[in-house]
Amino acid sequence: MSMRTPLKNVRSLGSAKNGTSHYWHQRVTAIAMIPLFVIAIAYVVSLVGADYDRVRYVLSLPFTSLVLLLLIGAVFYHMKLGLQVVIEDYIHTEGTKMVLLLLNTFFCTIVGLASALAVLKLAFGG
Amino acid sequence: MVELALPKKSKVGTGKTHPKPEGATNLKTFNVYRWSPDDGENPHIDTYYVNLDDCGPMILDGLIKIKNEIDPGLTFRRSCREGICGSCAMNINGTNTLACTKGMSEVDGDINIYPLPHQPVVKDLVPDLTNFYAQYASIKPWMQTQTPPPPDRERLQSKEDRAKLDGLYECILCACCSTSCPSYWWNSDRFLGPAILLQAYRWLADSRDEFTGERLDNLEDPFRLYRCHTIMNCANTCPKGLNPAKAIAEIKKMMVERQG
Ligand code: SF4
Ligand code: SF4
Ligand code: FES
Repeated sequence: MSMRTPLKNVRSLGSAKNGTSHYWHQRVTAIAMIPLFVIAIAYVVSLVGADYDRVRYVLSLPFTSLVLLLLIGAVFYHMKLGLQVVIEDYIHTEGTKMVLLLLNTFFCTIVGLASALAVLKLAFGG
Repeated sequence: MVELALPKKSKVGTGKTHPKPEGATNLKTFNVYRWSPDDGENPHIDTYYVNLDDCGPMILDGLIKIKNEIDPGLTFRRSCREGICGSCAMNINGTNTLACTKGMSEVDGDINIYPLPHQPVVKDLVPDLTNFYAQYASIKPWMQTQTPPPPDRERLQSKEDRAKLDGLYECILCACCSTSCPSYWWNSDRFLGPAILLQAYRWLADSRDEFTGERLDNLEDPFRLYRCHTIMNCANTCPKGLNPAKAIAEIKKMMVERQG
């Protein structure tokens, strides 16, 4: 039998006073991804059958690079936020949760930046 | 980790089948979850037959008849028998609802009754709602104001502002919604759940309450509020036809609104 009151457990450490920006950023990135994906897919379709040099050229155009960079930013940020929620929902061991949350942040940052770097290299003719 | 299988002591076995009442032709079968803290045994399902020709129409009537005439040990909560106290909330054929407002004729075939899901069981169909009630207390469900009440009359509210409480004040805190919410199953220690958030919104939406900001501060938390992922089980199950998911969406809207 616990000697603490039930209200003590519920009030616990108090409200974290955040969560709204996480929620809002998840919505904003979701909305942003819609037009960005449409444009990106249109590019892919238009490049079906094109040769290597043509693909390199189109991907290095400023507008294409911009769309791809925005898309990469939105996708990996959205992914980081979404996976974070899944981990918090289902993992209740504090240590495991911390490790997974860190791995999630590292993974999304590294893969996202690597993708962005690839686009930049094409854009600046590396 | 979330547990996908029931713990060993919670696995449900088959129990006793009570004899059919003699001479009855119009029978309804009740399969009821039984568990007692006293005998150290696993939970089991007991089967009872209720003579519909000699019984009220609601599922609660059937349970009361079983308790009166077949098995006095059967334990469940009830009080008003008209859907206003919230005591008789239980899981009937897979849906959380009130036994007193659910008709036996609404169920085809056997009636299968379990306690509300994912709460500790006190006995048989009685769940331990201590945490749920403490969560209710934590949102301070009463009017908070800085302005003292007028000395000569009640606090006034326009008809339009009063109408904003419709769909909220009817909640009887039966816990059907919260115990149907997967997010509440996994995180009820920190997530307030649909019932309590609907109640919280009832006070946020009250034109006479002056502590809206403090109330929002208290809810602004990744777990207390934002574990709701709009799964909508709550709105589907509410026996009073309310929509807690909508109230939660309104709270989230207020949170965004005050950001700028
Ligand atoms: S919202 Fe409906 S289901 Fe939830 S506690 Fe209130 S009356 Fe019960
Ligand atoms: S809408 Fe939110 S509160 Fe309702 S069942 Fe879904 S997650 Fe739970
Ligand atoms: S007995 Fe009161 S709600 Fe069912």
